[in-house]
Amino acid sequence: MREYIPLLMLMGFIVFNAIVMVALSQILSTRRRTAVKGAPYESGMPALGGTRARFSVKFYLVAMLFIVFDIEMVFMIPWAVEFRQLGLFGLVEMGIFILILGVGLVYLWKRGALEWD
Amino acid sequence: MPVAIDLSAPGGVALALLPEILLTVWACVLLLLAAWQHRDPDAHRRIGGLALVGLVAALVVMVWFWKSGTRPAGLPLMIALDTFRYAGAIVFLIGAILTVLLSLRYLGRERIAVPEYYALLLFAVIGMLLMGGAADLIVLFLGLETMSLAVYVLAGIKRRSGTSAEAALKYFLLGAFASGFLLYGIALIYGATGTTNLTVIAFQLSDGGLQDSALLSIGVALLLVGFGFKVAAVPFHMWVPDVYDGAPTPISGFMAAAVKAAGFAALIRIMVTALGESTAVWQGAVWWLAVITMLIGNLIALAQRRLKRMLAYSSIGHAGYLLVAVTSGTPAGASAFLFYALVYTLMTIGAFGLLAALGRDGESEVLIDDLSGLAAGRPWISFAMAVFMLSLLGFPGTAGFIGKWYILSAAIGTGQWLLAVILVLGSVVSAGYYLPVIMNMYMREPVERRPDLSASVDLVGAARGVVATAVVLLILLGVWPNRVLDLAVDGSRDLRAPALVTGTSP
Repeated sequence: MREYIPLLMLMGFIVFNAIVMVALSQILSTRRRTAVKGAPYESGMPALGGTRARFSVKFYLVAMLFIVFDIEMVFMIPWAVEFRQLGLFGLVEMGIFILILGVGLVYLWKRGALEWD
Repeated sequence: MPVAIDLSAPGGVALALLPEILLTVWACVLLLLAAWQHRDPDAHRRIGGLALVGLVAALVVMVWFWKSGTRPAGLPLMIALDTFRYAGAIVFLIGAILTVLLSLRYLGRERIAVPEYYALLLFAVIGMLLMGGAADLIVLFLGLETMSLAVYVLAGIKRRSGTSAEAALKYFLLGAFASGFLLYGIALIYGATGTTNLTVIAFQLSDGGLQDSALLSIGVALLLVGFGFKVAAVPFHMWVPDVYDGAPTPISGFMAAAVKAAGFAALIRIMVTALGESTAVWQGAVWWLAVITMLIGNLIALAQRRLKRMLAYSSIGHAGYLLVAVTSGTPAGASAFLFYALVYTLMTIGAFGLLAALGRDGESEVLIDDLSGLAAGRPWISFAMAVFMLSLLGFPGTAGFIGKWYILSAAIGTGQWLLAVILVLGSVVSAGYYLPVIMNMYMREPVERRPDLSASVDLVGAARGVVATAVVLLILLGVWPNRVLDLAVDGSRDLRAPALVTGTSP
């Protein structure tokens, strides 16, 4: 355990340093509140309205569709890397996988999940 | 003639998975049909009939596998080919077929004309088949997720109902959390044994040195948390009343019967095949789970006035009885589970089917008192309800009694006397809520039916056939169970890890 003592000391110093810095800035600083300082951003466009605006549920639907095909990529990249070793068997397996995903896509399309309105 | 399937070749695996592949293809076809016909108000009935065809085909293949004695050539790596898989699958498929038959008219009546309902039901069944037949923890998890995701949607399929949406959200959030526990448990077991194959885990454990492994103990504990949630064991039961209450009634029956049976089938396979020789790791924990599940499930059910919630709590109590079968950790316990699962499927789906006929709008408002004097007007319906209640109670002469008897004898076979006594006490308590249903129907004056309930009891069409079949089978199995019991014993024949324990590492 002896070799960990410098590490412990370092951690103690970091904590001490952090506390001292925050404390000093609290004690020594002068505070002057202005409207500009209270704004969320000091540069760029002035903020419009509240932050709790409601989003259409359609955005979530698009995000969900995106995740499905995102995950498809996650499965396809290892397959592509090992393509030669997996051979015909791997090709058929991946074909089945994409076919099942395709069924899902056709279903979504036909049910109108891809229409915005 | 026995058929040996070589599971090392892709063709062999495809043959071993034939029922699952059949159902997957069929479910995709139904999904596409649903997409093309969703404007047609009668589409759901047509697609329901087609779903029935797929389920029966899978059932036929499973029976054929069992009859021809299909077994693996060599060690099953991913999917098991043993009688336990076939027997479990037959129970799930029967549960699903009964649910589809109950739903055919129910969906139209409750205005849930969503043809995807049946495709989702098929996907849930595929997950169950994989859970019951998994020879590897990863396949098991895959099956569990396939089943759960489909059932989350089914619980909330009545989109316009607030309680249905609440049920789905509650089930989804807690279920996803429980799946996390299960997966972490699998990871730790893999860390302890270096494998996810159930048979190889058994071999690693019998090789010695791992019995006291903290990694293994924590892994098994996390696994039990995950399964405890899926099978609704106390203290992981909080979701059950609200979810069963909010879901459409045929789906409540499906969750109580088939989903629970699938969870137990997977749990029993892990406990007997992989951990059957190292009972010290898990038996104590499952013992306590069984005791508190039986006591708390039955005691809270006593306080319920609504029929649907009463059935939900009673299903928790029954999870406790099935946990007793798990606690024995022997093939005898597995046989008792198989028989009880079949009987429980019949009586639960029958009872929920009758409930669906008695009420309206999700049926959660039907009080037990509303059944007063039902026997005077509807003697046959009252008789069917009485049979289901007596069988759930475990009354001699019904199949529920024989099922409980075999669970008791499995518990006593491993010297679990105290557990057997608590099971009997739990059954005595359960009489306090099953018998009032019968008393209300037969010994009270008829009451004016409340206007929000249906004017007449609406048991017609296929649902009538389901209830009648369940009643006949429950009485038949109560007086003449031998044939099915033999099958249940045969169903757990190969469950213990095979004799590779004798020799070299695989």
